[in-house]
Amino acid sequence: MLVGLDMGGTHTDAVVIRDAKVWRYTKVLTSPHNFLESIQSALKEVLAGIPLDNIRRVNLSTTVSTNAIVEGKTAPVGLVLEPGPGLNPAFLACGRHNYFLSSAIDHRGRETAPLKEEELREAASAFRQRKIGHLAIVGKFSPRNPAHELAAAEYFKKDFPHLTLGHRLSGRLNFPRRVFSAYFNAAVADTYRSFAQAMMSFCSGNKITAPIYILKADGGTLSLETSREMPIETILSGPAASIMGALALAPTNDDAIILDIGGTTTDIAFLAGGAPLLEPQGAFIAGRPTLVRALLTRSLGLGGDSYTRVEGGGLRLGPQRHGPAMALGGPQPTPTDALLTLERINIGDPEAARRAMKLLGLQLGLGVEDVAEQILRQFACQIAVAVESFLKEINSRPVYTVREVLEDKKINPTHAIAIGAPANALAPYLEETLKLPVKVPELAEIANAVGAALSRVTAEISLQADTEQKVLLVPELGLKETIPASFNLATARGRALNLIRERARQMGAYPEQLEEVEITEEQSFNMVRGFWTSGRNIRLKAQIKPGLETIIRR
Amino acid sequence: MLKAQNRLGLVFFPAFDWAISPTHPEREERLLYTQDQVIEEGLLDIEGIIEYRPRLATTRDVERVHVCVPDVKSRTTESHLIAAGGAMVAAEAVIKGEVDRAFALVRPPGHHAFRIVHGARGFCNINIEAIMLEYIRQQYGPKRVAIVDTDCHHGDGTQDIYWHDKDTLYISIHQDGRTLYPGSGFLHEFGGPNALGYNLNLPLPPGTGEDGFLYALDNFILPVLEEFKPDLIINSAGQDNHYTDPITNMRFSAPGYAKLNDRLKPDIAVLEGGYSIEGALPYTNVGIILAMAGLDYSYVREPDYAPAKVSQPAEITQYIADLCRQALNAWRNREEIAAKLRSGQEKVQRHRRIYYDTEGLLETQTETTLICDACAGLSWIDSCTDQGEHILAVFIPRSSCSRCYEEGYKIFEQTPKQNFTHLYLQDRLKDILLYR
Ligand SMILES: [Zn+2]
Ligand SMILES: [Zn+2]
Repeated sequence: MLVGLDMGGTHTDAVVIRDAKVWRYTKVLTSPHNFLESIQSALKEVLAGIPLDNIRRVNLSTTVSTNAIVEGKTAPVGLVLEPGPGLNPAFLACGRHNYFLSSAIDHRGRETAPLKEEELREAASAFRQRKIGHLAIVGKFSPRNPAHELAAAEYFKKDFPHLTLGHRLSGRLNFPRRVFSAYFNAAVADTYRSFAQAMMSFCSGNKITAPIYILKADGGTLSLETSREMPIETILSGPAASIMGALALAPTNDDAIILDIGGTTTDIAFLAGGAPLLEPQGAFIAGRPTLVRALLTRSLGLGGDSYTRVEGGGLRLGPQRHGPAMALGGPQPTPTDALLTLERINIGDPEAARRAMKLLGLQLGLGVEDVAEQILRQFACQIAVAVESFLKEINSRPVYTVREVLEDKKINPTHAIAIGAPANALAPYLEETLKLPVKVPELAEIANAVGAALSRVTAEISLQADTEQKVLLVPELGLKETIPASFNLATARGRALNLIRERARQMGAYPEQLEEVEITEEQSFNMVRGFWTSGRNIRLKAQIKPGLETIIRR
Repeated sequence: MLKAQNRLGLVFFPAFDWAISPTHPEREERLLYTQDQVIEEGLLDIEGIIEYRPRLATTRDVERVHVCVPDVKSRTTESHLIAAGGAMVAAEAVIKGEVDRAFALVRPPGHHAFRIVHGARGFCNINIEAIMLEYIRQQYGPKRVAIVDTDCHHGDGTQDIYWHDKDTLYISIHQDGRTLYPGSGFLHEFGGPNALGYNLNLPLPPGTGEDGFLYALDNFILPVLEEFKPDLIINSAGQDNHYTDPITNMRFSAPGYAKLNDRLKPDIAVLEGGYSIEGALPYTNVGIILAMAGLDYSYVREPDYAPAKVSQPAEITQYIADLCRQALNAWRNREEIAAKLRSGQEKVQRHRRIYYDTEGLLETQTETTLICDACAGLSWIDSCTDQGEHILAVFIPRSSCSRCYEEGYKIFEQTPKQNFTHLYLQDRLKDILLYR
């Protein structure tokens, strides 16, 4: 049995999956002031009477880290930055106190200015004075050579127990994103660790011995244990859980659109050949770009509870929400009222819903049903417009090789999968505006928890080898070793596959996943100096194949 | 987060799977470290910096500028067409108003490609700026354009293409042709009889430093632009003037390139040469991007930057000051010089030998141009190579008057075919290239 739980802003959903079927599920209200309690009460309810020994895994998607950031309940962070030449680094100063080192590393990972101990001393005393306990140490090009980050960490570690090092979070280049990722990781560390501790005590207290995993924004998981070191990875897992759930409930091998229609927002995502697309660089957190791997989604301010009114002689939907539908005692007309008026759903007070439509109808000179019809058509139209512009953006992404320009690969959706409460009722309207079949799977309302239950561990490494400097690096593993001049792409592939297995074990991957590893990107450049080839510059990315534990059988 | 003061379109095409040959300067590795630096700086996350996907230029786009012998397909690879197409995408984004400026960071370069193309010269097969510009004119109407070429080599190809065109002012600053490939680009190369003064060269001495380049900009290029009043400024943004470049002898720098760009304010920049792929290109390109976007570039410098590496002796300072004065005078007296040269003439001829270094091919050309007050004038070129090609190419300009137009067709149709391997007519009014 697999257990999945998704804690959202309003509801916390939990499911138990047995033999590829949803066996049990529950929905409890999320208590805004006590996340732990929401999780625990949902777990208790869904597991009641189940022999706990049969549980193989418990996967949790939480908003603990996200909320800490949104609500500003974070620890003060000291930033130690090594910006080197380039952009004016002032905009990166997001810590309580920020110290800029004058040392530098270049694009090949060569030291171009040495680390100075007096600068570290000065930084440390400034942090101590301000009673800062958490430090994030980030250098430009540190994934190409983490020596300065490591040496600084060595210097700070006795006085500052909580250190986040930029190169350990991601091997990808992008200094500002690395800075923001490291900053957030340090800022939520306390909040997240106390949550993790409480979950562990709860489980041992309730005889849940199955391993616990935490959902990530890329639709994968990592073990609760590992997540304590990289809490930033647990951020924004909610939308990913829903997308993975849609995939489990309506599996496909085609290009497709996924729509998660909620009360306030509609999230849009795409599948390419059945696999969800990733953000090219990483997620945005509180308006700042990071290197956190995440599924590519766009959130549209349009949902069942969107504030609906007449403006400039026409209907306007969203992006605000002023409470629930009038049919459910809310203050303003909403698309949900339109659905109830047309008897496409069956919740709340139909008379109140008709009153809402009448209010708008008077201003537009339309009858109650006509207004309702027009609202739903416009709702579907706005989604179609957003889908189209998002798709255009994805399909015009830059490429860097002749081969890719000639291939001109594009996402061409054959259908849409819609989940969320109003999905079923809206499907016919969406089919019209998207001009595509729209599938609404059964149990679409708990897709998020299903997705959580069936997600598996994901991990990625970046391997870089420079045979001129005779160095091999895997920043995510903190690995640096000497290689011979004969090291080549084929050797690198084998090495990367072994190392991704090591990373997978660290992240708590299931044994069978250790065989499901792949190289996702590879480049090998001859480096020529003068008239001779001086070495090879090899870059590889390897990952555990992402995917679901199983799809849901009917 | 940062926001660009000017919205900047970026086309980045490093052609990671294309090289002239494995150890050639134009190889896969050339823009690798530049891309690393651009990505590590996070430039693409800055609000207002927008990256565009390049596309392929079509045969027609190439034929609008060149006569490729025997045809476009045999003289280009896809990478050439994408470099040209990338520049077209960048320019189009500016013309459509999607961005304020654009930078096409593409390879291979193009400014050594002449109107007639028998092969590759100076790493160039087709002239990517000219293809870009003529596409823009064809799609969006006539424009007065200045091309400012800051590559270390004289852009002899661009000079050749716009030699007769008054609406395209070509200004090149480069290392003196007596000391560097391609050996041309002197003051007296001043434009054809119908466009005299609209081709300006400033051959700088080897060893020119940061001050020399900025002096030439402030005291020659900018005053000329002020008077020419172009609708568009295009920068052929070669970066081989850098003090670390392995194939040239100049002393320019990344901060210098950024300042130059900041003052020149080009609408469109297109990368040309630049072969110091580790020590220069990552920094010069970041500097140019920041300057074009109107962002602070004062932190951009090479790790080994030092004033002594970019300084120049006093004699060079003096030499450049004199050179700028002469060049500016010539520009200001262009009409008198033209009147003298044209008086009593109906047509002019020039004979040239053009060497294609990449394939070791020698071309001999005779170009004839009608003197015309009504248009840029009809030209035809008799060209033969030591590899056995002998062609005649007739060029009817964009602005052609009816006399030049009719004369062009007469020459194309009445020239006996048996003397030539191919006959071509480039008709810019109909936007077609005819073969016989
Ligand atoms: Zn050059
Ligand atoms: Zn004429």
